[in-house]
Amino acid sequence: MDSSVLYVVAPELILAIGAISLLMLGVFTSNGEAAGRTVTWLSIAVLIATAIAVFQGSGSSLVFGGAFVSDGFTRFLKIVILIGAALTLLMTFDNFGRAKLLQFEYPVLVLLATLGMLMMVSANDLIALYLGLELQSLALYVIAAFKRDDVQSSEAGLKYFVLGALSSGMLLYGASMLYGVTGSTSYATIAAAATIPEMSTNIGLTFGLVFVLVGLAFKVAAVPFHMWTPDVYQGAPTPVTAFFAGAPKIAAMALLLRFTQAALPGIAPQWQQIVIFLAIASMVLGSFAAIGQNNIKRLLAYSSIGNVGFALIGLAANNTEGTAGVLIYLVIYVAMTLGAFACVLAMQRNGRNVESISDLSGLAKTNLTFATILAVLMFSLAGIPPLAGFWAKWYVFLPAIKAGLYPLSVIGVVTSVVGAYYYLRVVKIMFFDETAEGFSPPEGRTFAVMALSAAFVVAFVLPFVGGTVVDAATAAASVLVPAHP
Amino acid sequence: MIYAAIVFLPLAGALIAGLFGRVIGDRPSEIITTAFLMIAAVLSWVVFVQVGLGHETREITLMRWITSGELDVSWALKIDTLTSVMLVVVTTVSSLVHLYSIGYMHEDDSRPRFFAYLSLFTFAMLMLVTSGNLVQMFFGWEGVGLASYLLIGFWYKKPEANAAAIKAFIVNRVGDFGFSLGVFGLFFVFHTVNLDALFAAAPSAVGKTFSFAGYEVDILTTLSLLLFVGAMGKSAQFLLHTWLPDAMEGPTPVSALIHAATMVTAGVFMVARLSPIFELAPNALIVVTFIGAITAFFAATVGLVQNDIKRVIAYSTCSQLGYMFVACGIGAYGVGIFHLFTHAFFKALLFLGAGSVIHAMHHEQDMRAMGGLRRKIPWTFAAMLIGTLALTGVGIPHLAGFAGFYSKDAIIEAAYAANTPNNYAFWLLVVAALMTSFYSWRLIFMTFYGETRADHHTFDHAHESPPTMMVPLAVLSLGAVLAGLVFAPYFMGHDQSEFWGASIFRGEHNHILHEMHEVPGWVPYSSLIAMLAGFAIAWVYYIGAPWLPEATARTFRPLYLFLLNKWYFDELYNLIFVRPAFAIGRFLWKGGDGAVIDGAIDGTAAGVVRVTDRVVKLQTGYMYHYAFAMLIGVAAILTWLTYNGLFGGVLK
Repeated sequence: MDSSVLYVVAPELILAIGAISLLMLGVFTSNGEAAGRTVTWLSIAVLIATAIAVFQGSGSSLVFGGAFVSDGFTRFLKIVILIGAALTLLMTFDNFGRAKLLQFEYPVLVLLATLGMLMMVSANDLIALYLGLELQSLALYVIAAFKRDDVQSSEAGLKYFVLGALSSGMLLYGASMLYGVTGSTSYATIAAAATIPEMSTNIGLTFGLVFVLVGLAFKVAAVPFHMWTPDVYQGAPTPVTAFFAGAPKIAAMALLLRFTQAALPGIAPQWQQIVIFLAIASMVLGSFAAIGQNNIKRLLAYSSIGNVGFALIGLAANNTEGTAGVLIYLVIYVAMTLGAFACVLAMQRNGRNVESISDLSGLAKTNLTFATILAVLMFSLAGIPPLAGFWAKWYVFLPAIKAGLYPLSVIGVVTSVVGAYYYLRVVKIMFFDETAEGFSPPEGRTFAVMALSAAFVVAFVLPFVGGTVVDAATAAASVLVPAHP
Repeated sequence: MIYAAIVFLPLAGALIAGLFGRVIGDRPSEIITTAFLMIAAVLSWVVFVQVGLGHETREITLMRWITSGELDVSWALKIDTLTSVMLVVVTTVSSLVHLYSIGYMHEDDSRPRFFAYLSLFTFAMLMLVTSGNLVQMFFGWEGVGLASYLLIGFWYKKPEANAAAIKAFIVNRVGDFGFSLGVFGLFFVFHTVNLDALFAAAPSAVGKTFSFAGYEVDILTTLSLLLFVGAMGKSAQFLLHTWLPDAMEGPTPVSALIHAATMVTAGVFMVARLSPIFELAPNALIVVTFIGAITAFFAATVGLVQNDIKRVIAYSTCSQLGYMFVACGIGAYGVGIFHLFTHAFFKALLFLGAGSVIHAMHHEQDMRAMGGLRRKIPWTFAAMLIGTLALTGVGIPHLAGFAGFYSKDAIIEAAYAANTPNNYAFWLLVVAALMTSFYSWRLIFMTFYGETRADHHTFDHAHESPPTMMVPLAVLSLGAVLAGLVFAPYFMGHDQSEFWGASIFRGEHNHILHEMHEVPGWVPYSSLIAMLAGFAIAWVYYIGAPWLPEATARTFRPLYLFLLNKWYFDELYNLIFVRPAFAIGRFLWKGGDGAVIDGAIDGTAAGVVRVTDRVVKLQTGYMYHYAFAMLIGVAAILTWLTYNGLFGGVLK
């Protein structure tokens, strides 16, 4: 094997070796909680090291017979995923510490899941795609049920596993059809086969496309493949939910982007229709269902469903600006979601976490800083200018309008108005309702994530923050689809 | 520099008194604004001598304002004779009113606000009269409207004052709409709003037509009429006059300054200023004459029977403004402006005198509760007498007389010379002169003569006003006596063409100033006779046979009520405009906003809740439901793509 291959896959190697080493370390350390603490810190270190390795990469390279790709697009997303994973690990200490869950298996599973995500991002072949996806998913099934003695957590893990298995089955079924029609699992070969004019009406190709997209839609929790999300988000321990809401969505979205644009540009009208359908359904359901929620984690679950819908608008546009829009959206979405979950983690009284929205009443009077940060995040999620959430929507709506997708854009704007209601309701409850019992002050690490997230959301409008993200995303997007005019 | 000082000293005063009045106190606010106005008045007289008598015209650009495409507007001061006359009128009356207000308003607890408004008004009026383009003129036009609104409603705790302020504002809006349409039209046709450029271009549009509101109409006639609608609103001419009597709810100095001497004359000024355009639209001038004559007559009839001392003078003002428009309408612009000039003195005098009476009578304004005040307040009586003599135009033809004698009689003569159909303008004005004389003397007799009808307490405590109020009366009395004698030669005598220079334009067929001297010998005496007849009737009614007014009112009761209710204009407008407007408003509020918009919004919200309930119910918690939903989704997408997607997309 050529040693240059090792350079290309260095981040994945570091992560894989790190995960296994830390597993060994954990197994052979006797004190459970201390081991958990140490391994968590070391995991964060491994993630940082991986990120540094990602930064070292340059140019565009295909290895393992074209199954694994590393270019600007993958590096951009991997950095976001690694940051997201590291920050969620940072938020686990206090919560898990209190719940006696601070065990070494959790960070190791997170590392393995992250490894799967990096593989997904780099996948340039249906086999590689499935490999990464399953590595990630299996780890996630386990950590969803990580609080084993809790019924809700177990239920969440089980539901996620069964439905995930169903979706994986569909994905594999679709992949086999694509293979059957095109004779290859490689994106490049599939793309070449699919560009032949007759193929645009080939029923096998279309069915294969649908099944693969359905499998991926399950992972990003797009409607109607979203049903697991509210239950799993609510049931899983909050740090796990925070992790679910962030990094895995990015990885799955990266898969969607590359699969549609690199493997099937020839039948773009077909997958555009599916994506438009998924986007509209997700936005509408995400907006409407969230209104009826009383549990803040469930609310954020529907919020994430709606957000995926918005991100899919950029994909539906099928142009470089649209892809860049999706990337920008993902970065901002992860920042906002991590901040929001950090706030949820900080909602605790007498060492116990509370999750009801009504627990937030009158928070502004007891803890103005907390209330302000959460209000900023809610305003941003609602898409109020000049906060980051507004720009996220701006960068996906604009390409869609350029591409002539007016009905989609209009529906998007309307649902974002509906969605604004439940975000602003949280603000209203915090600032104008009767004061409930105050929360214990947030712990340092959680508070750091909250503050960092709010600062990013506010500062995005500044050129050296938002501009940097937009430039990087545009550069990354242009790598992916050089074929676009 | 001197010109800018005249215009901006009042603004400085307004800002100081308005923004820092509470800090610096009441008395300093009064002194600063009054002193600034006095300086401006002195400077104005200097300018008047320089420009009017020395013939130096100036055009000074202060600042660029709007440059957008063809629209090029600057803040500029156009100083010519017409401007200088207006400067003198505005600053003189304004400074005297400021001084007078120090005495009149001394019991009020928000005097800085009052003086700030007065100075602000003066600034806006000066912007209006010095403007070299129509946009700046409109700025001043709206500025005086605003100040007028604020001052009429100065006692904002009085509901009538608020109602009157709103009425003045809304009626003026009607006029302003016409004015702004006129300005738009001029810009549309000539691509400029600068007066000099407009005047140069106007002759090229004579006889041409353009499409306006769906009709092909003569350009200059249409635009002149639109501009005149603005003048009608501001100058309270017939049909748009209803706000002026109600405006008397404001403090009396305000009535003197704004609703007698200056703002209401802005319409006359505007017509004179735009004489190069009006002069080319003879049909529009016919309308101006007609409206003016009707107003002069109509307002005089209403003035005959009013009992509120200020309303009598207000209708008199309305009537005199009609005279001025008649003068402009028949082409004697100089005469119209001259009447504006003299009227400013004696009408301000009458108002301030009335204010002094009201002050003496502890805010009693009804003349039926006055009488016999001659000995109580002799100086005020003297001032009012001079004002009345000037208003009724007392004088001996070809010799000398009070101010109104010169200007008003000149208008009546010019009206005869203009040869209107059946000489209607002449006869209406002569009859109006008779009625003017009657109601003016009626006012004097009812207020100052006979047995008092006031209650004892008020009458015994009636006292002469303080010097700050009497000095302005004295100065204005001087003006009312001498303004005609001194300035008649310049405004309309031998020196008139030299005096006016290029500021007033007269077409080549306009020889009215010459013809008015060639009228038959009896014409100049007609107004004298009317004046004497009016005096005689008033004497008989209110001194000779005091039972007569009531008997007359009883005999001609319908006519009396018709006049007392001001020809039922308020009731008519209430029926035609106000109530339908309220009905439309209520409909849009209850039906449009309440039912449709609120209903739609509330309905949407309710719909959202319903949708939410359904969607939330979908989330049963059963895994087989979830899996079923996924499979349904797959089936739906497959079906869609098979039947639609493969044979041409719909959404894309």
